[in-house]
Amino acid sequence: MASGELTSGAYIKHHLQNLTFGKFPDGHWGFAHTSQEASDMGFMAVHVDTLGFSFVLGALFLFFFARAAKKASIEAPSGFQNFVESIVDFIDENVRGSFNGKNPLVAPLALTTFVWIVLMNTMDLVPVDWLPVLFASMGVEYLKVVPTTDPNATFGMSIGIFILILYYSIKEKGLGGFAGELTLHPFGKWMLPANLFLEGVNLLAKPVSLALRLFGNMYAGEMIFILIALLPFWIQWSLSLPWAIFHILIVLLQAFIFMTLVIVYMDMAHQKEH
Amino acid sequence: MNINLTLIGQTIMFAMFVWFCMKFIWPPLVEAMAARKKAIEDGLKAAELGKEEHALAQKNAEDLIETSKTQAAEIIANADKQASVMIDNAKGAASEEADKIKAQAKSELDQEVVKARNELRDQVSTLVMQGVNSVLDKEVDSKTHKDMLSKLSQSL
Repeated sequence: MASGELTSGAYIKHHLQNLTFGKFPDGHWGFAHTSQEASDMGFMAVHVDTLGFSFVLGALFLFFFARAAKKASIEAPSGFQNFVESIVDFIDENVRGSFNGKNPLVAPLALTTFVWIVLMNTMDLVPVDWLPVLFASMGVEYLKVVPTTDPNATFGMSIGIFILILYYSIKEKGLGGFAGELTLHPFGKWMLPANLFLEGVNLLAKPVSLALRLFGNMYAGEMIFILIALLPFWIQWSLSLPWAIFHILIVLLQAFIFMTLVIVYMDMAHQKEH
Repeated sequence: MNINLTLIGQTIMFAMFVWFCMKFIWPPLVEAMAARKKAIEDGLKAAELGKEEHALAQKNAEDLIETSKTQAAEIIANADKQASVMIDNAKGAASEEADKIKAQAKSELDQEVVKARNELRDQVSTLVMQGVNSVLDKEVDSKTHKDMLSKLSQSL
């Protein structure tokens, strides 16, 4: 629904701009009114929409699941309780299948990543203009409703995972063991620099690929929704409906891939021997 | 699409969510599910056990009924046998008793007959004596013929 005075390019750009609050080059803090202003703020800025939506969605997840956890009893569950338990069962099965160590963190970590990412991705299925228009009527200039289309959100998660990988690698293998793993494979100790390079890339590729895969998929999906929204309104449904249905698959699949890789990476961090 | 402080904010948020999930959501849910699973397993096992016990009890009951039946039949047969023995015994005793009574009565009768005969004889001899006395009053002294007469009466 591009309104008359907007060009398609401006419409797309507008949709891809986060609501940014940060430090202007002249030193005062405030909301950026253009994309240029937002990028000029550099690192000292926050995407209010990303933080807000991801926080609300995460809080929703925690609220409903905590309520289910509180009500959990030996009696037969019903309704939402059943739904929560089937998800927990699904996560538990995956963790049991892929994770061989003993760590009470991994399963809750997998549950949180899975449900949170599903919820954030699902925001993509809300028609692209609803929330931005609604917020615009309240004076909010920019709004990007899908947190996972912001690399800050996906990298934020994968950095958390990366820290856990480093922590448990050192904790389980010892500093020496972890250093040995990075330097003595795959070519033996006479090729130490090559080993370090390969294993270093391998290690760094984990969080980067994790974040970029999720970001790329969701960003592309969102982009297509935006492009469909440029079409005349009476034809939009013929493309947006099939794409939305297909996108449900991507929403779940990306969350599942992310979760599975988190479990696998945690398992690798816990493995003592190669 | 700028990388900025949001990154750190998201990391902190993620860590908080994971911590909350690990503390308040995962353990109670998993525990409740495990407890329920165990309860169901136990229930199924108990049901199976109950079924087996029921079958066993039924079999026991049937056996018991069977043995009771044979026992009852035995008891009845024994009782029948005993009754017939008792009846036979009673019959024998009764006929013996009857014979005894009969024999006693007969001997009493015999005695009575002997006694009556003796009395009769005495009376006849007295009567004869009287008759003889009256006939031979004059000729026969009763004193002198007394010996002869008593001999006579004895030979009767």
